[in-house]
Amino acid sequence: MTTVLEGVVRLGVWLLVAPLLPGLICKVKAWMAGRRGPPVLQLYYDLAKLWRKGVVVSTLASPGFVAGPAVAWVAVLGAALLLPLGPLDAMLSFPGDVLLLIYLLALARFATAWAALETGSAFEGMGAAREVSFAVLAEAAVITAILTLSWKSRSLSLPTMLEPSAGPGTVLLAVGLFTVLLAENCRVPFDDPNTHLELTMIHEVMVLDHSGPLLAAVLHGAAMKLLLFAALLVQAVLPLGELTAPAAAAALIAGVLLVTVAVGLVESWLARCAFRRVPLLLTTAFLLCVFALLTAWNGGAT
Amino acid sequence: MNQGLNLLVGLAMGLNLVALGTGRLPSLIRLAAWQGVVLGLMPLVIEAEWRVMTFVVATATVVMKGLVIPALLRRAMRTANIDRDLDPLIGYLPSLLLGAAGMIGAVAVAQRMPLLPEHHESLLVAGALASVFSGLLLLLGRAKAISQVCGYLILENGIYLFGLLLIHSTPLLVEGGILLDLTVAVFVIGIIVDRIQRAFDTLDTRKLTVLRE
Repeated sequence: MTTVLEGVVRLGVWLLVAPLLPGLICKVKAWMAGRRGPPVLQLYYDLAKLWRKGVVVSTLASPGFVAGPAVAWVAVLGAALLLPLGPLDAMLSFPGDVLLLIYLLALARFATAWAALETGSAFEGMGAAREVSFAVLAEAAVITAILTLSWKSRSLSLPTMLEPSAGPGTVLLAVGLFTVLLAENCRVPFDDPNTHLELTMIHEVMVLDHSGPLLAAVLHGAAMKLLLFAALLVQAVLPLGELTAPAAAAALIAGVLLVTVAVGLVESWLARCAFRRVPLLLTTAFLLCVFALLTAWNGGAT
Repeated sequence: MNQGLNLLVGLAMGLNLVALGTGRLPSLIRLAAWQGVVLGLMPLVIEAEWRVMTFVVATATVVMKGLVIPALLRRAMRTANIDRDLDPLIGYLPSLLLGAAGMIGAVAVAQRMPLLPEHHESLLVAGALASVFSGLLLLLGRAKAISQVCGYLILENGIYLFGLLLIHSTPLLVEGGILLDLTVAVFVIGIIVDRIQRAFDTLDTRKLTVLRE
């Protein structure tokens, strides 16, 4: 009975807290620009509004158009449930669950790209192509980061991997993972979530034809993905396993807030970079993770 | 002592990679200058007791590599009226990857070398090899004369790092002499850059291969 209750609470946390992060980022950006900005809860209002609206489906689209966002949303939620939350262990954990996490995120991306291609729009095909080609580099960085953690802790299960800190290569790993977070969640140096010019958009262009509840699923899934990456980054860097439960929870919350504010600051300070610079930036993130892996390797040998 | 030194060497190695990835000349010059400053701090970290000569060499290195040479290069850049190195021979992404591979290779080679026991834990040899390699890559891969000069500076920084291994046995005067040579070389290159710019209206050194009598 308690496990069921705990599961429900955990689901509630992921579902309800996630839309807070984009609101916080918007608030930080507004403060930096001297504006008042939309309320922090804006995404909740948007989601509620979208949920009540109808769906427009292109006559060309197959049922995959509807299934895509749904599959992506469920995949991200599943990935989120694999991730431990500080003192709370993951809802589901087994040796090798980290591979499932990577594959679920890849499945979410595949489903979004698939739904985008269903519409037959040239712009969306372009956006899907960009998203997938940048994802190749971002995924390489994530896998290297995970390899670092798993080498460090000699395990393939997320809760044991994330408990200790990443050792001497922590700074490298933190910067690499933060860059990946920005890329995976389409934040500023890679993609501007506010722009609505089809030629330059990456993620947003894929969901142009989605409306109503489908768009709500896409937006909520994106918010959950942001929370997931922020929680992963904080737990990879901080040795939460060595703290007491309340301290670990506080550190996790503070860390996630810090990452959110950092994303907002990056968006206020930087302009998005040109497309041909994006692979360079992602390769840098990948190299940082590779060097973190090498330091973990060396540290483990001596 | 070793920890601080390794941190500085690691910083210099990181700057190598950033230099390989950047295409803008002002930031390239700034990176070379920062690397010079980092290198200048190293003798202070290595020496157990501070002698006057150590202090003089450190100050001279920081001033020359961090201030004088970058100022000369910036002046040359302004007169030549360019600020970025477009279409390099080896692209930024390949050179970044090559540089990273070279860095890993340098660490691997340095671990195999028969070094003195006191140098086993330090990154000096690895840093020296990596800097020489990065400098060579910049020299080979960039088209504009000024970025090639920056490559030359980074290469020389690698040699300086090698020299730090022998800091106890060679007189520091040698370092001073090298520093002076370097300044003269950059001074001369600054003038040459100006001449190339006037003769060809560009700093692309590939144009120099079609010179005829």
